[in-house]
Amino acid sequence: MSPELKGLLLVASLKVLGLFVALLVGVIMVVWVERRGSALLQDRLGPNRVGPLGLLQNVADGLKNFIKEEVVPHEADKILFQLAPLLSFIPAFLMFAVIPYAAPLPGFDITLPVLGRFVYEGPVAMVVADLPVGFLFIIAFSSLAVYGITLAGWAANSKYALLGGLRASAQMISYELAIGLSLVVVLLLAGNVSLGEVIAFQQRTTWFVFAATIAYMTFHIGAFAETNRLPFDLPEAEAELVAGYHAEYSAMKYAIYPLSEYAALITMSAFIATLFFGGWDIPFTRWDEQVATAWSAEAVVRFALTNLAFLLKTFFFIWVFVWVRWTLPRFRYDQLMFLGWKVLLPLSLVYIVIMATAVLLLERAGVPHTGRYGLWLFLVNVPLVVALVWGLDRRRVLAGTVRRVRVEA
Amino acid sequence: MAISVKVMRRPDREVSYLRATLKGMALTFSHVFRRKVTMQYPEQTEQEGFWSLSPRWRGTHRMLTDEQGRAKCVACGLCPQICPANCIKLIPGEDEEGNRYPLIYEIDEFRCVFCGYCQEVCPEEAIHVGVHYENAEYERERFVYDLERLCAQTHPVSTLWDPSDPKGE
Repeated sequence: MSPELKGLLLVASLKVLGLFVALLVGVIMVVWVERRGSALLQDRLGPNRVGPLGLLQNVADGLKNFIKEEVVPHEADKILFQLAPLLSFIPAFLMFAVIPYAAPLPGFDITLPVLGRFVYEGPVAMVVADLPVGFLFIIAFSSLAVYGITLAGWAANSKYALLGGLRASAQMISYELAIGLSLVVVLLLAGNVSLGEVIAFQQRTTWFVFAATIAYMTFHIGAFAETNRLPFDLPEAEAELVAGYHAEYSAMKYAIYPLSEYAALITMSAFIATLFFGGWDIPFTRWDEQVATAWSAEAVVRFALTNLAFLLKTFFFIWVFVWVRWTLPRFRYDQLMFLGWKVLLPLSLVYIVIMATAVLLLERAGVPHTGRYGLWLFLVNVPLVVALVWGLDRRRVLAGTVRRVRVEA
Repeated sequence: MAISVKVMRRPDREVSYLRATLKGMALTFSHVFRRKVTMQYPEQTEQEGFWSLSPRWRGTHRMLTDEQGRAKCVACGLCPQICPANCIKLIPGEDEEGNRYPLIYEIDEFRCVFCGYCQEVCPEEAIHVGVHYENAEYERERFVYDLERLCAQTHPVSTLWDPSDPKGE
């Protein structure tokens, strides 16, 4: 093996291993955040007995789930029933592979005893797979997750599970449209689907939450629906459907579903942070954008700080997900469909047209891709957001069902 | 005939989803900083003043004793008579002076419904229900309290509701 190949393998395996461990630990931590966070919002303390601050509570729950009996319903489709948890677990973990999590580290040329020489040319991008398809990969795999849920509902051969699975598929398809269309705006601005390029563009201009505010809003609402969390948790809806699509699952197969839900939650939060909040970008400084060519303390500190910025942003959105879950009640199903098809879809379409026009004009005017470009886009967005908020507040955009039912006197 | 629904015309500030959502989010977030109501039971107990039980709480029984340390019970038999759960076992005895005393006095705390009738009916104010709740045991047999154990309890006794003084003044 050549030193270059060995270097590549070393980098790849370290990144994969690190990210996988970080995600698994992260999922456990997020469950803890959810439980302690919900307790805080409800004037309780939450689980605080197992381990320091109750951090090991979920490890204990996981162990319990491993030793519990697995029940497969007699009438279930055995193969699909076994397959479905995997189908929802794997995409949730795969999605993170394309998200950059820190500033690149410099390349290296080291010689280890026994193993020999390792060479890696150029900066090491801090992303498991710097795929040219970028966020299309995430869209593809988040759509795959719906198979896990729908198949779980179908295979269990139970009416509640089936209803949950059907709801999940309809809901996720509906909101994927809004998500996809809001990503079109990101693509228009950045001109590239690679998340590394999207971050670089935001560093040059401004964060897309300012340059594409309404796309951010539709994306965030869609993210709630994609992760099946309140206020869009209709596939589970325990008040109506027992436990929804995973009603018939037990032991670790059941635990896989919350695990993949939380993994998807982390990924979606990281995705929002990357697309609209500059990823690992530290605001108000250009220091984090310099690419180190040689190893130095500065390069390591830059890696650590940008990684911290990324983690903080991601954690903030995780907290928003938790906060919203314990605040807002569940939508009715027709409201969910109304919001997805009649509000978010036309809204994002109109927004694409407006933003495309704005981008075209800016390109014609020859505005360079600097902070000024971002400022112009921000100025375009301000009236749009004001109009949208005004419309929402005056019930022009969203209204109670009673307004949509024609009243015959 | 079409069913007519009366639709209330309300001002926007009352029906705006946006404002209601933001208000709700602010409300839940404000609760993060409020005092938590959770009582950390094994570490914090009511003896340390973290919470208080009602003086009328009816828990584990206690038999009061006289100055010589003997149970006040005179084995009159009223408490097993009135007990709706039939959980009191009493075998009376008599000493050479003709004083009645319980030979066997056992209360099965598993059967007991903690109604407090035994305390109410006792003419000697001997048997009481207590302001106490920590009575877990490892064996079922341990839930049958004999006379010695009932006398050895030290927790405060319950104050029953007095019809002539309904507010406990």
